[in-house]
Amino acid sequence: MDTSLLIIQTLNGLQLGLLLFLVASGLTLVFGILDFVNLAHASLYMLGAFICASLTYLVGNFFLAVLLALPLTAALGWAVERFIARPLYARDHLDHVLATFGLILVFDTAAHLIWGPEGIAVPLPPAFTGQIELSETLVIPTYRLVIIAAGLVAATGLYWMVTHTRLGMLIRAGASNRTMVAALGINIELLFGLVFALGAALAGLAGMLIAPITEASIGMGNQVIITAFVVIIVGGIGSMKGAFIAALLIGLIDTLGRSFLDDIFKLVMSPDAAENSAPALSAMLIYIIMACVLALKPQGLFPPKVR
Amino acid sequence: MSPRTIATLVAMALLAVLPPVFYFTGNAFWLDLATRLTILANAAVSLNLILGYGGLVSFGHAAYVGLGAYAVGIPAYHWLYGGLEDLGLATTSGLVQIPLAMAVCALFALVTGAICLRTKGVYFIMITMAFAQMVYYAIVSIEEYGGDDGLVIDTRSELPSINLDDPLQLFGLAYVSLLVAMLIVRMVTRSRFGMVLRGAKGNAERVQMMGLNTYAYRLTAYVISGAMAGYAGALLGNFTTFISPEMMDWTRSGELMFMVILGGGGTTGGPVLGAAAFIILEEWLSHYTIYWHLPFGLLLIAVVLFTRGGLMGFFRGRK
Repeated sequence: MDTSLLIIQTLNGLQLGLLLFLVASGLTLVFGILDFVNLAHASLYMLGAFICASLTYLVGNFFLAVLLALPLTAALGWAVERFIARPLYARDHLDHVLATFGLILVFDTAAHLIWGPEGIAVPLPPAFTGQIELSETLVIPTYRLVIIAAGLVAATGLYWMVTHTRLGMLIRAGASNRTMVAALGINIELLFGLVFALGAALAGLAGMLIAPITEASIGMGNQVIITAFVVIIVGGIGSMKGAFIAALLIGLIDTLGRSFLDDIFKLVMSPDAAENSAPALSAMLIYIIMACVLALKPQGLFPPKVR
Repeated sequence: MSPRTIATLVAMALLAVLPPVFYFTGNAFWLDLATRLTILANAAVSLNLILGYGGLVSFGHAAYVGLGAYAVGIPAYHWLYGGLEDLGLATTSGLVQIPLAMAVCALFALVTGAICLRTKGVYFIMITMAFAQMVYYAIVSIEEYGGDDGLVIDTRSELPSINLDDPLQLFGLAYVSLLVAMLIVRMVTRSRFGMVLRGAKGNAERVQMMGLNTYAYRLTAYVISGAMAGYAGALLGNFTTFISPEMMDWTRSGELMFMVILGGGGTTGGPVLGAAAFIILEEWLSHYTIYWHLPFGLLLIAVVLFTRGGLMGFFRGRK
């Protein structure tokens, strides 16, 4: 196992983990505070990528496109809250799952109608097409570092907002006792709308950041949403800290598992058997982790204190 | 008879009579559609046992259907290309394949259910889905059975005195199976066992206070439901003669859930009505536009937002 590959894959794992956190943080905000299960959350990830791709071609600048696309995805999130989530808060989780499952179909088909069946490739911003050579074998694309940095900035910003601002205080209060918050005269509908919009913007940002690497495509959210749910379940639903740690954990385990599991297997079994079993097991790895965590701690690793 | 019973009986009578009539008047396509509908209704009825009556929202039921189909396809594959003879699993006999489908699914339900049932609510929804994803990825990565591309079932299951290559006989088997499945669920849920299961849905603590082990009851129901879904999967494999991991994609599990809820969970005829409405709508909408998922999704949202108790809710009896 060579060290430079390990370093590169660790960075890739971090990148995946931070993107997962951007998606999962919105899920955890909406679930923790609004008690709403939003399967369609990653549709906003996909729509963010598509909107950003279109805007990139329109305005000719990726960063400007991201800045313009963020409020647009937030507005979409707001609309989802207003028309679909709000009437369903009082219902049980099954209804949430079904309605947002329908919403996925709607968003996927709408994207198909608007942008066509093919995905849209987004050119890398010229400033970040380069690579950083640390040694002959250790080459890191600059853009990957940008994603990691952006993810960390968003995570820090979210942490600051939740712990140090009035909005954050209301969010925390709403998470522990929303009836009380409403009784204190807080405009709870406005708060809920804001939370949904914020979650949508975060998911959209993740989609926008990944678009130059994988391109914007229909159904790109359908894989991510499942992994994001694995993240918040492992972390403990409603816990932001849990989501952060679990996202990095899942991102690293998934990436490193895919690249090194066969090497590890070769230590204990024949090369043939390792080649055959490693791909299957590495694809299943995060689900196995999730099942193990839940079997031992049914509430996840960091269950929120008050619920 | 209550309006619900009448609605169920009418639906089942229509389903028995119409497809053969279509077939003999030269509309083989409609018999095909009815067969698919009936088989998926089998799967929906099995899901209803735990979802509708037990309140256990399994978001991974497509995995059982898929496993059931592979239990037909893999033995047929080995019968043709060799391998697994020692285990007696290289066979086209339905008398081996179908029990195998049910046994594999029951075992999978027992092992995963034992873990899943330790959790509640959203955790349960998501962990059942996670186990289904594991099966999905396991099958995808087995290249011998086609991986992503799936596997063609070269020979349908051979059963004594039934020829599944005849579309009418295949439909007949699916229909009779559906009747039996509905009767099983009806009998199970009206037994003492079913009372405990339904009681635990309403208030698990109260049932536990009476000294009953709700965990054991739920696990048993979970295993029965898994085996029944596996049987539906064996039928589906025989119908499509093509199996692929896509059969157990998580969106397929969502569709099964939707069928149960659309028709009305916790009723005998609900899942059948739901499956019928689902398949007919899908067929009808896709006839008009390739973008049929859009109106379909909107309808799904509308059903959740504006109806209570699904289609069966329209046939409420007077109290």
